[in-house]
Amino acid sequence: MEKDKNNIIDEVTRSDYKYGFTTDIEMETAPKGLNEDIIRFISQKNNEPEFLLNFRLKAFRKWQKMKTPEWANLKIPPIDYQDIIYYAAPKKNPKLESLNEVDPELLDTFKKLGISLEEQKKLTGVAVDAVFDSVSVKTTFQETLEKYGIIFCSFSEAVQNHPDLVKKYMGSVVPYGDNCFSALNSAVFSDGSFCYIPKGVRCPVELSTYFRINTAGTGQFERTLIIADEGSYVSYMEGCTAPQRDENQLHAAVVEIIVLKDAEVKYSTVQNWYPGDKDGKGGIFNFVTKRGICKGSHSKISWTQVETGSAITWKYPGCILLGDNSVGEFYSVAVTNNHQQADTGSKMIHLGKNTKSTIISKGISAGYSNNSYRGLVKINKRAENSRNFSQCDSLLLGDKCSAHTFPYIDTQNSSSIVEHEATTSKISDEQLFYCQQRGINAETSIGLIVNGYAKEVLKKLPMEFAVEAQKLLAVSLEGSVG
Amino acid sequence: MLIRVKKQESRIMEISLQNKILKLFTENKEKIFRNDPLEIMKLRKKAISEFERIGFPTTTIETWRDTDIKKVLSQDFSFYFEPIKEKIDIDKIFQCEVPAFDTNIISLYNGWYTYKDSPLFTLPNGTIIGSFARALKEFPDLVIRHYNKYAKAKTDGFKALNTAFAQDGIFIYVPDNVEAYKTIQMVNILNKEDNLFVQNRNLVIVGKNSKLSLVHCDDSHNHRSSFTNTVTEIFINEGASVDHYKLQNLNNNTTLINSTFFHQEANSNLSSFAITLNGGLVRNDAHIKLNGKGGNADIYGLYLVDREQHIDNQVHIDHAEPNCTSNELFKGILDDHASAVFNGHVLVRKDSQQTNAYQTNRNILLTDKATVNTKPFLEIYADDVKCSHGATVGQLDDDALFYIKSRGISEHNAKLLLMYAFAAEVINKISIQPLKDRIDDLVKKRLRGELAICDQCVLHCKDQEKNINFEIDMSKV
Repeated sequence: MEKDKNNIIDEVTRSDYKYGFTTDIEMETAPKGLNEDIIRFISQKNNEPEFLLNFRLKAFRKWQKMKTPEWANLKIPPIDYQDIIYYAAPKKNPKLESLNEVDPELLDTFKKLGISLEEQKKLTGVAVDAVFDSVSVKTTFQETLEKYGIIFCSFSEAVQNHPDLVKKYMGSVVPYGDNCFSALNSAVFSDGSFCYIPKGVRCPVELSTYFRINTAGTGQFERTLIIADEGSYVSYMEGCTAPQRDENQLHAAVVEIIVLKDAEVKYSTVQNWYPGDKDGKGGIFNFVTKRGICKGSHSKISWTQVETGSAITWKYPGCILLGDNSVGEFYSVAVTNNHQQADTGSKMIHLGKNTKSTIISKGISAGYSNNSYRGLVKINKRAENSRNFSQCDSLLLGDKCSAHTFPYIDTQNSSSIVEHEATTSKISDEQLFYCQQRGINAETSIGLIVNGYAKEVLKKLPMEFAVEAQKLLAVSLEGSVG
Repeated sequence: MLIRVKKQESRIMEISLQNKILKLFTENKEKIFRNDPLEIMKLRKKAISEFERIGFPTTTIETWRDTDIKKVLSQDFSFYFEPIKEKIDIDKIFQCEVPAFDTNIISLYNGWYTYKDSPLFTLPNGTIIGSFARALKEFPDLVIRHYNKYAKAKTDGFKALNTAFAQDGIFIYVPDNVEAYKTIQMVNILNKEDNLFVQNRNLVIVGKNSKLSLVHCDDSHNHRSSFTNTVTEIFINEGASVDHYKLQNLNNNTTLINSTFFHQEANSNLSSFAITLNGGLVRNDAHIKLNGKGGNADIYGLYLVDREQHIDNQVHIDHAEPNCTSNELFKGILDDHASAVFNGHVLVRKDSQQTNAYQTNRNILLTDKATVNTKPFLEIYADDVKCSHGATVGQLDDDALFYIKSRGISEHNAKLLLMYAFAAEVINKISIQPLKDRIDDLVKKRLRGELAICDQCVLHCKDQEKNINFEIDMSKV
């Protein structure tokens, strides 16, 4: 029996990364390396106004003085920043009017990913902005959205068409000097998504961005900026894949969310970057800074993430709860397998009165992987009657993997309540036995148990994503029990 | 701007203290080394160069993130390398006993072992109790076999400093298969008219299947600033069991860095309490290494702090072998500007299967100026484990308060009752009945604000305990 179980683990851990193809599209790339000229080149390519170039240069000068953080429970091999291509764009007509004009190869790529832009457009009513090697290639549904006054476009378009909004909000939540990777991103970001929901508008469709790294030797540095004006609502989804390569590729993104009075943003991520092969070779370094600010009262930010990919994940989506009665939520399932490493969690900074935050984190580690939860809950003096509840569970599948929990709780007033609880365990033999004696085979039982374990988070995902996430979980984990 | 200047100043002071200490070491080498066998001398030299390299911890070090000692270190301290000659009333130190609690009392006075008859005595059952410096002379092999073997903390400047300087402390040896029939009480008293910088080194060795209970009290008698840097190593051999109680009641100008290193062999059992009633800046570092199968460690803590007091509890449990259990429960009540830090770290090493580790930290904040930083960490490299941790920060339950008040009990007493009930969970774990009663009384007193710095060891406070009076107004019931 024990042997059977191990076989199942092996099978599962060997299951291939199915998004590991490359697409032959003519790419325009900048030379390798990073210096002020490259930054000027990127800026010029995007035809950027002066303030943006200055922002990039300031960030670059700051970045030169910064070091890669070492406090995370990760083994990060040294990154040669001069060996990365910082700009790669599909050679294309400068303006695309309809999907027909998009390079068919590119469309094929997205079809292979199961996110055919056309299909999405027709069937699910999801507006998609696809970012291919840092450059946004197509945004669907723009017309429908325009009716509501919603701006949903690539970052570079936003810079051209709405420079005042970009200037006002960019860098206001994640300052360029926040950390080494946000500084790098601020210096070299090539594109990304931009979204503005006007006052009182409830966005009728789910907005979605797909990221894909295609060219070898490139890094992906995209930037997302979401602004929800008073009383508005938007649900935003993000997905990502990359081809299989032997080398490590760097993905350093910045996501900023600004939520004004009474508004709500729901941000969901299914992260499935190439995790490297079963010996830990290759894979994406996913070093992402995501942060939202609840600026007005009664505003809300909800982060949901399913993390299954990347060789190394370093990611702490956070909420700054500045407005009174604002709410921050974080739901996460992080799965690591083989030699993957993840150090992820959430930061909740309570500044306003009666602010509430919830953190639910489910870590699952298998193979030789290393999975850590690291979170901060900070209640400031002024944040009276604030409330936090955190729950971080870890599930260990196999005896070579590890799971860690590093919560930080700082409380500075007497009317707030902070609760944190965490457990670490494996799937109990009793649970397995119970399922099996009902005639369910070992593999399905484990799938069942793991899905039940992660359900609390999965049910927070929008429908379209929940299906994908469940499948991903099944691929990554079914049957892995030690 | 002003703040920056101040910061720089204190940084300069801190560096100057480090330099001063290094200079003192060179100048007083002869005095420090005078009793040392070669091995100890080597250790000292190694430790001082280590201290020179790492210096005092700063807030950039993860485990010192929330405890800033810059201000404390900027004071001017005096160091003594020989026992301070002054008239002390020995009888006063060993004054009164805890009612119904028979103990062997041993004492450090201003950092040096004091005694009535003999600096080192052997009990009929073979137990050796006495001065560390003396034990080093009389039983060098025994001491060297264990000395500095368990105190492993690479980045800890204080530990290195202690190893370099410490000359005296307490030594206890319990042979195999012996049950120490009396509780041993270690009393550490500070009473000097200048700002003392004291460094003690204690070594406790408990043989196979033996039993020992140890009460470790830190008290101060005056209101001078002082800095104590104590390192205690406790070796618990197979099947042995140790009860360890730390009681701290110090004045608000004291700084106490208390590092205890427990090394547990197979099937050994440890229960350790850290009870902090008063103290300027208290840091308790407990390192527990479960180095054999079937070991068990229960670590409890209670801190009741107010004014500007700062308490920092660090518990590091290393599950190095399978089938061990550990259990942590730390509770604290904070008033005024007090601040508390809890940093629990459970490490389950690879192949330490069948480990159970539980960790709980609960805090009550009574004012908006008090702060709590808690970090319950779990680091797990084995899969067949059951580990959990929980941390809460909150206040007294309004519903419970209302319920008690509705029974005619005044608000003040209702609060006292709830706080006492909160603390009682820890007190109830104390297994020695007379000690439990005594600590119970002290906690009640502390909560009423009546416990000051005693003239004597806190356990021996002369004034009799009054029964807690809840002033129930019967006419309203």
